[in-house]
Amino acid sequence: MSCCAPGTEASLDMARATLALPSAEELMLASRDLGEGLRQIDLSVPGVHCGTCISAVEHALVALSPVQKARVNLSTRRVSIVWHASEGEGAMDPVDFVRAIKRATGYDAHLLSAAEEAGDVLKAQLIRGVAVCGFAAANIMLLSVSVWSGAEASTRDLFHWISAMIAAPALVYGGRFFYRSAYAALSRGRTNMDVPIALAITLSYAVSLWETLHHGEHAWFDATVSLLFFLLIGRTLDHIMRDRARSAITGLARISPRGAMVVSNDRSREYRPVEDVVPGDRIAIAAGDRVPVDGLVIEGESDLDLSIVNGESAPVAVRAGALVQAGTVSLTGSLLLQATATARQSFLSEIITLMEAAEGGRAQYRRIADRAAQIYSPAVHLLALLTFLGWGMFGGDWKQAMLIAIAVLIITCPCALGLAVPVVQVVAAGRLFQNGVMVKDGSAMERLAEIDSVVFDKTGTLTLGRPQLVETVGTPARIAMAAAIAAHSRHPLSQSIYNAYPGPVASLGTVTEIAGDGLLAKMPEGKYRLGKRAFACPGSVSPQRGGSEVVLSLDTVEIARFHLEDRLRPDAETAIETLQQKGFETRVLSGDRQPVVAAMAARLGIDAFEAELSPGGKTKAIEALQRGGRRVLMVGDGINDAPALSAAHVSMAPATAADIGRQAADFVFMHDSLEAVPMAIRISVKAGRLIRENFALAIGYNIIAVPIAIAGYATPLIAAIAMSTSSLIVVANSLRLNDVRRAKAKSPEVDRVSAGPLPGKASLA
Amino acid sequence: MNMLIYLIPVALLLGGLGLGAFLWSLRNGQYDDLDGAAWRVLDDDDQPRP
Repeated sequence: MSCCAPGTEASLDMARATLALPSAEELMLASRDLGEGLRQIDLSVPGVHCGTCISAVEHALVALSPVQKARVNLSTRRVSIVWHASEGEGAMDPVDFVRAIKRATGYDAHLLSAAEEAGDVLKAQLIRGVAVCGFAAANIMLLSVSVWSGAEASTRDLFHWISAMIAAPALVYGGRFFYRSAYAALSRGRTNMDVPIALAITLSYAVSLWETLHHGEHAWFDATVSLLFFLLIGRTLDHIMRDRARSAITGLARISPRGAMVVSNDRSREYRPVEDVVPGDRIAIAAGDRVPVDGLVIEGESDLDLSIVNGESAPVAVRAGALVQAGTVSLTGSLLLQATATARQSFLSEIITLMEAAEGGRAQYRRIADRAAQIYSPAVHLLALLTFLGWGMFGGDWKQAMLIAIAVLIITCPCALGLAVPVVQVVAAGRLFQNGVMVKDGSAMERLAEIDSVVFDKTGTLTLGRPQLVETVGTPARIAMAAAIAAHSRHPLSQSIYNAYPGPVASLGTVTEIAGDGLLAKMPEGKYRLGKRAFACPGSVSPQRGGSEVVLSLDTVEIARFHLEDRLRPDAETAIETLQQKGFETRVLSGDRQPVVAAMAARLGIDAFEAELSPGGKTKAIEALQRGGRRVLMVGDGINDAPALSAAHVSMAPATAADIGRQAADFVFMHDSLEAVPMAIRISVKAGRLIRENFALAIGYNIIAVPIAIAGYATPLIAAIAMSTSSLIVVANSLRLNDVRRAKAKSPEVDRVSAGPLPGKASLA
Repeated sequence: MNMLIYLIPVALLLGGLGLGAFLWSLRNGQYDDLDGAAWRVLDDDDQPRP
């Protein structure tokens, strides 16, 4: 619990973590007007996980005077804030919410898109359907028990009639989901699990009604409705899981800018949604902003962070006349761009085309439940038909034959099968979610359980994509000077030098940034230069090695030297080692330069790597592997990885990934630690085994129950007992996944403390 | 036999009440944050939240 308590480190860290904050305009655009001067905004705070976090976040927000209400939802890891948005003087800057959360807990808050707040109609319908069917099932079962205990004929008829009246609306209200899906499958000439379900509930209801009309002894209303009840539970769980993951993933939309500062001819500025930017518009980009659309630089110069495009962490200098791509970040200077494409046609579109082309393999994947249904439903229907013909021909009583055939259909109805898959997957997804991994749908877990190779991107995936200070040469006073100068820049190298400096730094007045070169500070004792060797002390030669070098000079005489390298993700080594021990083939595909990739691969013990790949090249490499019969998990983060993420059998991306990368990935992990990869594989494999066990249990049940039904001994009582028992066994077996994980719950907790809230500090300490 | 005339409606009514209560609680947002509710009960802060 101490992990989220306010601490000095957190507040220190907060002052330095300004780069990741969404802009005030973006936040205002994402908030919605509640009327009467109130606005509401929902922020995603993936770090919250306990009661202390809830009260810390809520107290911090309510302490801001314009905030009227702040409520954390721990299940969805969101906070919703209602505040008085007055105009002009004293207006609340929504960025303060993000800062307040960061200060109180050390957690980052991200922006949610407003569109997905529409609410999920289908989920509400399904839950109401479950409630209604549960009510109907309980009441009909009550009446059925009286009938089974030997009610006299007239009472039995009355009870049957009441049951029929309760069952009819439940059948329509709860059954419509299955009827719709079965109809859709049949009209396309296919069959799915819903066809035998729809057939069984309809036929059993019709036959029971017919029996009731003719004062018959056996009615199946209880079976009809309890079948529907169990199956609806499975369907609802399946849907909820998909829904939760989807909202959590889209909830992190922070990489792609939502708007652009458009400068009109009379130099007035207007913040517009990015969709409304047309080619020819002039856009102002401040230092630290992300470029919203492809454009041509008209004015200004800056260092651009291209990591999202080519995966390389070293920034590139641009000046007037250069073409810039959407998604890149201007680090050091402000630029004026002329848009050359709309958001839709920007650099992203090329990637999207590649992604669509790559989707083929995955679209062909059929879920376990569907594959089972393909065999199961024809077998069941054939069995019922044979029973009907057999009893009709040899017994001579066609009405009796009909009843027995329907009993077979009811007994074999895939009740346990319908629950077997969703329950396991919901439990597994919940487990993954608690460990900071979000999964998009159940099929992703099924596919992850099948993989035999793991392919990693380098920058941003194996590494954090942020350079870290590895070597410092110089006296403490000079290093302090370098940190003070570096504090003035957003360049990742400067930020790292500043962040690595433990004490407070002096504040300097006159520091100018020269894009592409470094920083210049004019002081009484002379001109300090911090930057590239060629800029700081022209003519000197740098020692050759990988990584980046920053030199501090006083009047072109070198006085301090810093060596920086991109830092590995925490636990990268152990995660790779675990994967290799488990027999997975590991491989690195990178867009970066050959020696850098080779050094990284050697350090992690990975033999197979390919460097200097284009987005298309990565996709081809993945496809080549898969043609060779391998099933590949791709872990990547950049836009350049997105096509490869869709081409792979299954894919994973860190939460810091580009928007499009996260959308292409099946799994998104929230914490910095790479341990998430083997953990997700472990849980998915375990889930896959439980699903197969559940199938075995369900089939075993059928082997016992079906002969009884074919022999004509399946009374409604036997059917009710058999069906409920099999469902309960399957659910109980699925919940074993919880037990296993609980026993191991200690290690991820430790992991979370070190890697969760303060990743930067954890490594510097 | 005669008691069935009122017992069955009573049983259905009680069941219906339960169903109604569930649907009400669903609409009222009682199930929106199950994880958070488990923690909030431990919160010692007795002051009413604005």
